[in-house]
Amino acid sequence: MTDTVVPLSQLPKGASGTVKYLTVQGQVRRHLLDLGLVAGTRIESIRRSPTGDPTAFNIRGAIIALRNEDADQIFITVDNNMEEKNEGHK
Amino acid sequence: MKVTNKSSCTAAGYEAFGLKLSQNQLVIALAGNPNTGKSTVFNALTGLKQHTGNWPGKTVLRAEGTFVHRNTKILLVDLPGTYSLLATSADEQVARDFLVLGRPHAVIVVVDATCLERNLNLVLQVMEITPKVVVCVNLMDEAARRCIKVDIEVLSQELGVPCIPTVARDGKGLTKLKDAVLDVATGVTVTSPRQVSYEPYVEQAAARMESRIRPYLPGWVNHRWVALRLLEGDISIIKAIIDHLSKSSEQISLQEGSAVWAR
Repeated sequence: MTDTVVPLSQLPKGASGTVKYLTVQGQVRRHLLDLGLVAGTRIESIRRSPTGDPTAFNIRGAIIALRNEDADQIFITVDNNMEEKNEGHK
Repeated sequence: MKVTNKSSCTAAGYEAFGLKLSQNQLVIALAGNPNTGKSTVFNALTGLKQHTGNWPGKTVLRAEGTFVHRNTKILLVDLPGTYSLLATSADEQVARDFLVLGRPHAVIVVVDATCLERNLNLVLQVMEITPKVVVCVNLMDEAARRCIKVDIEVLSQELGVPCIPTVARDGKGLTKLKDAVLDVATGVTVTSPRQVSYEPYVEQAAARMESRIRPYLPGWVNHRWVALRLLEGDISIIKAIIDHLSKSSEQISLQEGSAVWAR
């Protein structure tokens, strides 16, 4: 597992990561925390919409779509279990 | 059995929420995350004795229904499905205001047995407001299908409130749920809900805030909870309290100083 912290928006499809911190503020932050996006939460990128935004993530057992502008402000470390799943990226 | 309860709202107080109460009727609120089968539980408990409308002044749908259990009349109020009670949306605000100001005799929180983790956030938030909570662990059949085993006994112990496994779709566990709710509402079961404790500096600030606001708020409001919301910078709760008091002719309990908060 790498310790590089990247924005959630850069997590390739099919890969998973662990939330480190959120830089988003205000009500959106409150809402994301309520959805379970706290430090240490595992998050998996499920699929991306045809336009590339939003992206669906599996957060604690629920599939939730996040806009890139919000995912940009969620910082994660990518888990080292990707194998060859990320062919769908880009 | 006499079921009137000092800690609960007056009939006038419920009218402020657009509810008409008959004598000796218990008010039970039904809360839960979206997609937990909350409406299924609601329908299973109330059958056809339902009434739908809007919350006063809000375009948020409300359903209420009645049923009788062990000779006690119960009014069940379905709250909007929310992940949280921190009032970032109209739905959450409605749910929060009813729990804090409506002071139901008990609250059922419906949780999804297949993803308890994300559901327990709301349970903890409700338990911060009121100790009279029963957790309805629904969708047990779905959990079993996915080989998820929920240890109801440990969950009850950890949370400090009764947890009842149900499959609302098939009507399983509902009698036990009704028993547990009635016992909690009438004080037969005394719960000891697990309280969230915050960092010492937050706790200290909350305690200071609590002692400052106490003289201005009616005794039945959960002062610690209000103090914590104020620390978060959420002033909407003060407005909600004042609105409620003015609507429900409970002004007697409003002290002069309260006007300070209204500004």
